[in-house]
Amino acid sequence: MSKIFKQAYRERHPYFFIAPAVILLTVFSIIPILIAFFISFTDLDLKGLADWSNINFIGIENYRELVSDETFTTSLINTAFYVVIGVPLVIISSLTIALLLNYGSNMLFRVFRSVYYMPSITNIIAVAVIWGYLYNTEYGLFNYLLSIINVDNIPWLEERTIAKISLIILAVWKGIGINMIIFLAALQGIPRAYYEAAEIDGANRFQVLFKVTLPLLSYATFFVTVTTLIGWMQFFEEPFVMTDGGPLDGTISIALFIYKEGFQYSQFGYAAAGSFVLFILIIIMTLIQFKFKKSETQY
Amino acid sequence: MATVTKKSRFEKTLVTILLIIGGIIVSIPFLWMISSSFKPESEVLNIPPTIIPENFTLENYVNLFESLNFAVYLRNTLIIVVFSFVGLLFNAMAGYGFAKFDFRGKEKVFYFVLATMMIPGQVTMIPVYLLLNEMGLTNTMAGIVLPGLAVAFSIFLFRQFMTTIPTDLIEAARLDGAGEFYIFFRLIMPVAKPIFAVQGILTFIAAWNSFLWPLIIANDEGLYTLSVGLSLLQGQYANNFALQMAGAAFMVVPIIIIFSFFQKYIVEGFTMSGIK
Repeated sequence: MSKIFKQAYRERHPYFFIAPAVILLTVFSIIPILIAFFISFTDLDLKGLADWSNINFIGIENYRELVSDETFTTSLINTAFYVVIGVPLVIISSLTIALLLNYGSNMLFRVFRSVYYMPSITNIIAVAVIWGYLYNTEYGLFNYLLSIINVDNIPWLEERTIAKISLIILAVWKGIGINMIIFLAALQGIPRAYYEAAEIDGANRFQVLFKVTLPLLSYATFFVTVTTLIGWMQFFEEPFVMTDGGPLDGTISIALFIYKEGFQYSQFGYAAAGSFVLFILIIIMTLIQFKFKKSETQY
Repeated sequence: MATVTKKSRFEKTLVTILLIIGGIIVSIPFLWMISSSFKPESEVLNIPPTIIPENFTLENYVNLFESLNFAVYLRNTLIIVVFSFVGLLFNAMAGYGFAKFDFRGKEKVFYFVLATMMIPGQVTMIPVYLLLNEMGLTNTMAGIVLPGLAVAFSIFLFRQFMTTIPTDLIEAARLDGAGEFYIFFRLIMPVAKPIFAVQGILTFIAAWNSFLWPLIIANDEGLYTLSVGLSLLQGQYANNFALQMAGAAFMVVPIIIIFSFFQKYIVEGFTMSGIK
């Protein structure tokens, strides 16, 4: 018996090292997901929070209610709109910029690398404040610039579809940086020999791009696609700070719906059910991508 | 050969021009923010707008501190930054534990850590709030700071880097009688400086920008961070764009300065972490 204790004592160090982080992750990530799952089958609200005896187990009632909730349906459609337009835009623009930046390595290119990265480290509230001013219908810079070429004022944030597109523009602007860096890191990891071989074979620029560079970037592209898609399915901050989901739920996303149900209307059980639907959608989309990836040729 | 150089010079010019145009488009919001923040309240509403302030003023920045509580918000934000560096140390320690030790259940625990990366923030947001509420930590600094300390992705990156440190180095130190924590602080940390640099910058940026959690947890204005304060300002002074821009600039400019000093580490960091 004492031998086991002695051994455990001798091997205590790795546990000391991992304990603080693992305990924190358990308390703030693992346990919460169990709680979320449990309360999604209850009617937990402010009354239930004050006195636990007010909490009732209601089975799948929350999930059933979600299906018939028009706001939730709108939020699903809006989120699909954001994902379908936003994800390809972010990937194409960050890849294009990375390819351009990879062209040289002097001072100028390093400066531009920072310039393109800047939006992604900018605080979301500052972004909301700045873009709110730029998008302002009367005093905004965008409408002023358009008025020079005789285009009428655009209600950037006041019309349901235009507002969604305005938020996508903003999110693409903010989302380019991190993906561009990942592409750039991958581009710098491609051995020069491949390009030299292609040059000897007489390949032109486009052949090199499509037959050498892009295939070799397939892992980075996959990584960027998966993370970007997960991120956009959780599209939250932009509508939250710019429009609060309006006008008329025109920009509300699933994540914002969950937040509002939970923290504005205190319907914790209902919100938890919504968050599980989102979680399952994310898992399904991710699995589809991995399946898709497997069927591709490996380089 | 001459045609090749001519062609590539043309290409390089084209690429540079494209980058400049794109760069200007991307920077417009920043340039407009800086320019507007130095204009008096009346000038920002001018049509046509002035590109460079006609009546240059620092009044907006002074107002942030005199009429608004930006000093308090700044203090709170800096407290969060300091605590997030404690979290960074925890993540580094965990990364080291997973990289350089063999212990029972190691693989399982590590997959556990990775799995937490998959959980969307919206799922845990409500239960974490309920947990903190039960612990009596709502409306406290501890409640704001605690949930964000451990970051699975950061643990993963530290582990990736630290597996490349030669085990012989650690064994040699052990033979010399160095304690495990001495080895970590005096040997591992200096060797792992590049990954600490990357993680340090990213941690600083995340903490400086932290918004949602402080908003949910803090009811008392005395606990507001800069972001929460700025969103309060946006609500209260909806038409004073000059003041709003000064508040935004106050949040954004320090990050840009810090980033431009350390940016080369970030790119190197991603190359190092093996995402390619």
